Amino acid sequence: MHSAARAAIPARHLRTDRWWLAPAATAAGLLAFIVYSTWRAFANADYYHAPYVSPFYSPCLAENCHTMRGGPNWEIFGSWWGLSPALLILIFPLGFRLTCYYYRKAYYRGFWASPPACAVAEPHKKYTGETRFPLILQNIHRYFFYFAVLVAGVLTYDTALTFRDEHYHWGHMGLGSLVFLVNIVLIWAYTVSCHSCRHIVGGRLRHFSKHPVRYRLWGWIGRLNERHMLLAWSSLISVALADFYVFLLASGAFEDPRFF
Amino acid sequence: MSEPQAVQDGKEQSGQAGAYQAHFRVWRGDADGGELADFQVEVHEGEVVLDIIHRLQATQTPDLAVRWNCKAGKCGSCSAEINGRPRLMCMTRMSVFDRTETITVTPMRAFPVVRDLVTDVSFNYAKAREIPSFVPPAELAPGEYRMKQEDVGRSQEFRKCIECFLCQDTCHVVRDHEENKAAFAGPRFLMRIAELDMHPLDAAPESGIDRKGSAQDDHGLGYCNITKCCTEVCPENIKITDNALIPLKERAADRKYDPLVWLGNKIRRRTE
Amino acid sequence: MAHVDRQAWDVVVVGAGGAGLRAAIEAREAGMRTAVICKSLFGKAHTVMAEGGIAASMGNANEHDNWQVHFRDTLRGGKFLNHWRMAELHAREAPDRVWELETWGALFDRTPDGRISQRNFGGHEYPRLAHVGDRTGLELIRTLQQKIVALQQEDEREFGAYDARLKVFQECTVTRVLKSDGRVSGTFCYERESGRFFVMEAPAVVLATGGIGKSFKVTSNSWEYTGDGHALALLAGAPLINMEFVQFHPTGMVWPPSVKGILVTESVRGDGGVLRNSEGKRFMFDYIPDVFKEKYAESEDEGDRWYEDPERNRRPPELLPRDEVARAINAEVKAGRGSPHGGVYLDVSTRMPAEVIKRRLPSMHHQFKELADVDITAEPMEVGPTCHYVMGGVDVDPDTAAATGVPGLFAAGEVAGGMHGSNRLGGNSLSDLLVFGRRAGLHAAEYAASLTDRPQADPLQIDAAEAEALRPFSAEEAGDAEEAAGRDRGPAENPYTLHQELQQAMNDLVGIIRREGEMAEALKRLADLRVRARRAGVEGHRQYNPGWHLSIDLRNMLLVSECVARAALAREESRGGHTRDDHPAMDRSWRNINLVCELADPQCDARAADPSLGQIRLSRRETPPIRRDLLELFEKDELAKYLTDEELSR
Repeated sequence: MHSAARAAIPARHLRTDRWWLAPAATAAGLLAFIVYSTWRAFANADYYHAPYVSPFYSPCLAENCHTMRGGPNWEIFGSWWGLSPALLILIFPLGFRLTCYYYRKAYYRGFWASPPACAVAEPHKKYTGETRFPLILQNIHRYFFYFAVLVAGVLTYDTALTFRDEHYHWGHMGLGSLVFLVNIVLIWAYTVSCHSCRHIVGGRLRHFSKHPVRYRLWGWIGRLNERHMLLAWSSLISVALADFYVFLLASGAFEDPRFF
Repeated sequence: MSEPQAVQDGKEQSGQAGAYQAHFRVWRGDADGGELADFQVEVHEGEVVLDIIHRLQATQTPDLAVRWNCKAGKCGSCSAEINGRPRLMCMTRMSVFDRTETITVTPMRAFPVVRDLVTDVSFNYAKAREIPSFVPPAELAPGEYRMKQEDVGRSQEFRKCIECFLCQDTCHVVRDHEENKAAFAGPRFLMRIAELDMHPLDAAPESGIDRKGSAQDDHGLGYCNITKCCTEVCPENIKITDNALIPLKERAADRKYDPLVWLGNKIRRRTE
Repeated sequence: MAHVDRQAWDVVVVGAGGAGLRAAIEAREAGMRTAVICKSLFGKAHTVMAEGGIAASMGNANEHDNWQVHFRDTLRGGKFLNHWRMAELHAREAPDRVWELETWGALFDRTPDGRISQRNFGGHEYPRLAHVGDRTGLELIRTLQQKIVALQQEDEREFGAYDARLKVFQECTVTRVLKSDGRVSGTFCYERESGRFFVMEAPAVVLATGGIGKSFKVTSNSWEYTGDGHALALLAGAPLINMEFVQFHPTGMVWPPSVKGILVTESVRGDGGVLRNSEGKRFMFDYIPDVFKEKYAESEDEGDRWYEDPERNRRPPELLPRDEVARAINAEVKAGRGSPHGGVYLDVSTRMPAEVIKRRLPSMHHQFKELADVDITAEPMEVGPTCHYVMGGVDVDPDTAAATGVPGLFAAGEVAGGMHGSNRLGGNSLSDLLVFGRRAGLHAAEYAASLTDRPQADPLQIDAAEAEALRPFSAEEAGDAEEAAGRDRGPAENPYTLHQELQQAMNDLVGIIRREGEMAEALKRLADLRVRARRAGVEGHRQYNPGWHLSIDLRNMLLVSECVARAALAREESRGGHTRDDHPAMDRSWRNINLVCELADPQCDARAADPSLGQIRLSRRETPPIRRDLLELFEKDELAKYLTDEELSR
């Protein structure tokens, strides 16, 4: 690690603060989500309770899906798919978040210790970063972004559907609608604040002055983008909560309070 | 031995109130080796770490080597590591530390040490030379440049850089892997490429220079795993990662990983 | 003596600030192999500290502006002591120098129609300063640095080596300009890192070393500003002029003590900041001198309206030239109306919204937040005068920047004298660097190219220079020599202590307000310090040894300080950066007098050891009369305030 000409300081680092706290917390948070979402994705149960569909299972692309009246049932995969239909769709949000510039930082630091914290030596002998396979694939983030927009569109649709009651009559609202509403706002905010989005909308331009509308959009997205980390976490938590809420309803553990 | 200037000022203005003895550990040595040396040294109200290093020079170790210049955070000379964190000594106030805390000052770790706190930063100057310079547009004479404020704003942020090289020092790509130095320009100079690529009048494309492509192919943009330590240590608060490195990665992706662009290039090449 | 490495170059530039780099670019573009030597790292020169902008009458913000108006402002600011030809060249060429920077990649702040934005500054009739927020100096340095890199890339393509025709020797110091047969033959230098000596053999040397601020205790200048170029010129036999004129910037930080003197940019006032005393009064209205009465607002309302409507209102007195504002602040503090830490209040917080302050004055906001824990968007700053700039310098030919009396020696930037007269306007420094840096580089290149035989560096001079540089390591032996000569040997002296005593003496006795007795006392103390400085001793070895470097720099600071003190004692009037308590008025008969400093005895250094003798010989010289068409740019009434009746009737 050290060439002879560098200052001979044997300590791996000389930081006196609790530098390990942030990566440890990140790793713990991500692990918790992974455990929860794996369980829920493979469960293939308790994901629909009219009018609510868990965001983990939307859109539902196989024949073995729960029938959701007016809901996101598109049997693209037909009947041969025997596993949980969540697995078909979760690939996209998973890919989006996996290649997201914030999450990359989070898991490179939290799981890979590359580096664990600034000015703390990483334990790896070699490092090639994102120059070669498989990490070079991080460059396809923007395609996951396009899919993420579609998925967010479907979840918006799902949220609209929550303004029905259990008999599919419009003009009603329950606590679930509120949960879904918060979730979808956070999902959109996270999706739109994405660095790729910022680039596509305006960042790639050389002369903002010739594209005033895109410049203004770029400015707004830039301000959201500054909070990308915050939005990444809050939308991660909100999507898990929305799913958990549906689970509680579907498993009968909880009754959805209706406002009107 | 008389006291340095700051001490005398302190007496005039606020007496000795607020003065205390701090425990400093300063790395002393050269390329052949060295160690942390312990000092008890007086500290006064309002001082920064560089003041204390100067007091050590004036009262205890006249040959303690330290590089500094403006003492106002504008020149980027006094870069070092304080309690393990890359920082400017002139912009690190003593009041951020506990009075009983031991303050450890070491040279930047990513560069060869010359002596004590002074490192050989020639790596950075070598990298600077490898970045193709601004290409003036052939059709414009001096005085004819017209650029809108919104078009220069992005590059102006990067030109706030004082070249303290703390980002280069903290970046694990070279800090932890000396062997990557040849292939990796480091955050400061990738940001320089971004600055030029966003310059509204840079004529590099017309002269056959592909800045985005060379960022990836020649200057190691792919080594960056956007873990943001460069941004964390930047004393000018430049958003190096969000505003320079990631946009540069996206620009490179435009060129290389966007199938539409790729297809377009193929077709154009065939028709040529 | 040991073998000293020699290198041959065409042009050697000492200093890598704005003037030095601009000179190097010009010399290299003229085809000369050019070397730049600087004490700091490349790109760290003191120019980065310049905040406000570059004065150039491009007329982007106000179309009435032109070089004649700029010339007029410059002469007014300098109280008509400026060398008129330098002021003319400067005003004429500044716009080209700024535009040229854009072709090298500089990104100035813009006007709405895309041209370079220009801001108001003290003493400038129209908004004239091209700027980048408040970090214009950094932009200037970085642009020149990157232009040099661009030229090196060209050479790499052509010759296979970046350094083939233009090389920067960073962290090196020049201790002597070498001469053979009365002409420049090179420089004697050492590497700060290793302590290794080397000689640059070159027929042309450009001094661009900046100023002398480190001889004063409260200063905005960095450690590099030890008057090296001034001293090198003197030692090489070139005279200095106008050394009594030292500019105290009115607004330096006063607290905390460790940053006392650090600059608070004039743009704070240019953009609307006001000065108040402890009673909350905008006191500058009480300090408008007669010569400026018609040009400045009489009421706060009028001053405030000027920012919006400069055509029909007069500017607020906060924007008087720097010498006036500095004196006013000094007077307020002395009268007991100062702030707790001995300054006055400079307030923008009540004048602009917080976001505007952060956008227009970002580095000031940062500086106060980080160093003083003061949020300038919410509370006023405390400021006081700080030693900022020396108007005096090497006497040069206005057109070629060639130093008087030493063929092959050139000087540009702060180290050159004459351009700014008795007081420099803000913004005129960066343009000075560019205009005269270019001229110095050009004429140095022409001179070097014109020589058929090049002077060889004299081995005896090299040996002498080496011995001089090594003296601090043998302070004890120096003591022996003193004793043998029948003088007190005294103990070895700590160079840091000597430096502090020098700074204290200059600050207290030859500072912003001067008195005859105090300056005479200063000369005595300087003589005493000079004797002690010969015994300045250091421990350790030559590798990166700051104590040793300071011991060497002390020689320069002492020489230059003596120039300042002697000239200040001789000039019995107050003008610009020279204020005499015992001669408070400006005297028209002094208007056309330059005080010239020369080394009293260039051959022998016995004087250096003898406190009863000085090192500097002072003489008077008349300035050349201002060209008629330039005089006609002024109203007769105004001229009558500066020129003698005899001059007017000519």
